[in-house]
Amino acid sequence: MKLRFCILISAIFFTPVGASAAVKKPLMSANNDIYDIESLQRGARNFMNYCSGCHSAEYIRYDVIGEDLGISQSQLKEYLMFNAQQTFDTINASMTPEDASGWFGQAPPDLSLAARAKGTDYIYTFLKSFYLDNTSPTGVDNVVLVGTSMPNVLWELQGHQKYLQNENELKLEVYIPGKMNEEEFNSFLRDTSNFLEYISEPVKIKRQALGVKVLFFLAFFMILAYFLKKEVWKDIK
Amino acid sequence: MTDNTKKIENNSKLLAWIDERFPYSETMKEHITEYYASKNFNVWYVFGVLAMVVLVIQLLTGIFLTMNYKPSSEEAFSSVEYIMRDVEWGWLIRYMHSTGASFFFIVVYLHMFRAMLYGSYKKPRELIWIIGMLIFLVLMAEAFAGYLLPWGQMSYWGAQVIISIFGAIPFFGEALVEIIRGDYSISDITLNRFFALHVIVLPLALIALIFVHIVALHEVGSNNPDGIEIKDYKNDQGIPIDGVAFHPYHTSKDLVAIIAFLMVFSLVVFFAPDMGGYFLEYANFEKANPSATPEHIAPVWYFTPYYAILRAVPDKLGGAIAMGLSVLLPLFLPWLDRSKVKSIRYRGWIYKFALTTFVISFISLGVLGVLPADGIYVSMARFFSILYFAFFLLMPYFSMIDKTKPVPDRVT
Amino acid sequence: MSETIDQNKRHFLGMATAATGLVGAGFAAVPFLSSLKPSARARALGAPVEVPLGSLEPGEMIKVVWRGKLVYVLRRTSDMLKRLSDVTDLLRDPDSLEADIQPDYTVNEHRSLTPEYLVVEGSCTHLGCAPLPQFEVTPSSDWFGGFFCPCHGSKFDLSGRVYKGVPAPTNLKVPPYSFSQTNVITIGIDPSDT
Repeated sequence: MKLRFCILISAIFFTPVGASAAVKKPLMSANNDIYDIESLQRGARNFMNYCSGCHSAEYIRYDVIGEDLGISQSQLKEYLMFNAQQTFDTINASMTPEDASGWFGQAPPDLSLAARAKGTDYIYTFLKSFYLDNTSPTGVDNVVLVGTSMPNVLWELQGHQKYLQNENELKLEVYIPGKMNEEEFNSFLRDTSNFLEYISEPVKIKRQALGVKVLFFLAFFMILAYFLKKEVWKDIK
Repeated sequence: MTDNTKKIENNSKLLAWIDERFPYSETMKEHITEYYASKNFNVWYVFGVLAMVVLVIQLLTGIFLTMNYKPSSEEAFSSVEYIMRDVEWGWLIRYMHSTGASFFFIVVYLHMFRAMLYGSYKKPRELIWIIGMLIFLVLMAEAFAGYLLPWGQMSYWGAQVIISIFGAIPFFGEALVEIIRGDYSISDITLNRFFALHVIVLPLALIALIFVHIVALHEVGSNNPDGIEIKDYKNDQGIPIDGVAFHPYHTSKDLVAIIAFLMVFSLVVFFAPDMGGYFLEYANFEKANPSATPEHIAPVWYFTPYYAILRAVPDKLGGAIAMGLSVLLPLFLPWLDRSKVKSIRYRGWIYKFALTTFVISFISLGVLGVLPADGIYVSMARFFSILYFAFFLLMPYFSMIDKTKPVPDRVT
Repeated sequence: MSETIDQNKRHFLGMATAATGLVGAGFAAVPFLSSLKPSARARALGAPVEVPLGSLEPGEMIKVVWRGKLVYVLRRTSDMLKRLSDVTDLLRDPDSLEADIQPDYTVNEHRSLTPEYLVVEGSCTHLGCAPLPQFEVTPSSDWFGGFFCPCHGSKFDLSGRVYKGVPAPTNLKVPPYSFSQTNVITIGIDPSDT
């Protein structure tokens, strides 16, 4: 199982450099924006409500989320910290890895770095690509990760999808509607994947902002150094 | 005014005191203010000093990373994330180090190519070249050891593949592999010793070799794009007419190059630290898992030309030998090249054609080393491997028959 | 020397470039030096510690660890509190006037929020040994009981105030603390922050 998982994952990274096609469907674009703080806030709520039951994010601390996304300590405690006592705690899953292994065959992976390891689009597409499959123990399978042990936790929102194969084209179609229409569900997933991208590298926004300043400074330094060089080299010839 | 003169007097007194005990002024003169290098250096001549800049960046960031990194298979991966998130500014230090690793190879490759362009390895600079090649070998080992430390999937499986190459050696290969790993597989023990190699042994060797490289360079003097000896024409003070002092002339020029370099470096560090998966491979954001190999393993980009040569040979031992040779062959350049002239400026079309072919082969092999080894890619890798070896092995012949142009006495 | 050389311009450019380089080096040094500060994990591990006082009998002391430092929590008896005023003449700084040794809200004779509970760091201000509690002593003219440091013989009274003529220069430090509930002390948080 794990091996298959890895093969698929690696196949996905390396498609840009020409790996053999193990994925039938190209990934959909999440179209997310980590500069969109409101989207990240919604994503944080989605993550805590739908993901953190099973998945941990052991490298991200609540207070970091609070500071970066403008969420106060009391809001953190009230809306996000289901499995934690202190704001400096990291995100733990509600269930223990041992329980999880028993229930799902393997512990759900930690999601701190998922977006960096697999890509944000992968997460978006994966979460969108569950379909009913009565041969599977969870009742569903996934187009992106065939044989996944993850159940479709979002079925209530998305409804159930059916796998159609017509005209040599693979297609998933919602056949029992959920609470959300497609547009709402897409934006739910966009927020969630956006949040996962954010926690995979919380410093990204600061990093880019600092980079601009550093480049301006170096450009200024460059001008001075260039004129100094020209001045000094007047001696020669 | 009198205050100033007094200060100067005091300074010279202190200087005299030091000079009686340590050759300070003498060294500064010999290597900085009165070290004369040709005035016609072009942009190819900045990569040596840039390599020094990268070395400093790597040493400095490395020291600070060591303060927070844990060399154990249990903790290594999370200690890297600890540096990235919990240590204040740790992310910047780590990105500088990981980016520095790739930039080290970029500038060193360009520095080596400069030597090939202008024949800097030819007499009397053979030793500089050989020491330089040793630096390159140590740098490769240093980078390889460092790549295991984050203990991600690529760290683990990359090391697994590269170390296994040594197993191809007949008779004692397997024993050697066990000695490198210190275990029956790559483990905590391997990580621990690679850490020791990466932070102490190899950096010490690197610094010592670089020191010797520069001493040898300053003994014979720098080459130049014309490939002629500026020392042959001196003025009545014994200063080469075409030479200018390292300081302030070359230093002021180098400063411009260093700032330009830092700008490119910053672009990567701040805006693309993974460089699309080439500087930091995506699979390395997953912790090492000895029970699941990623489907496609490619070494970091700077090793891929040699890796492509390894894979081009359909035999374990043969591949290992080919790869070893491909790394070592440039060592013999001073004797393979039998041309009368140094610089490409005065060589004939044959050498220019050969060098171009070599560059194309090297880059193509680099690209092929990233791609999976199947179908057409294997044939291409074989084709370019042959060209790569042909460049070195046929050089004694084509460099001799190549028609050269007359070399001027003075730099142009 | 085809062009005339303007020494002033040259001097200015040299200085400006050097100054900019120095400023750049200064900026570059910040991340490296800042990385030496306690990390987010260290700060998390150094978080406030709650000490329930329910089972602490009068005259008893417990030791807790906050930020890796030993902290003594002593519940003083009325007899102990009485001794605080008897000892004043023997102390170097009986009114806790020296700054930065204790939070403002503990500058009083009993050096605590409420007279009964003393909270001090168990680290001798001389060289950092842990002073031993010596509460039950027969009061003599020069020792009324308190904390005695075995390393170099420093003596502190039952409020952690240092005696005269001992190597320790100041009173024992009082960490920031507050009552989070009636019978729970939180070490590491000032009362104003709760």
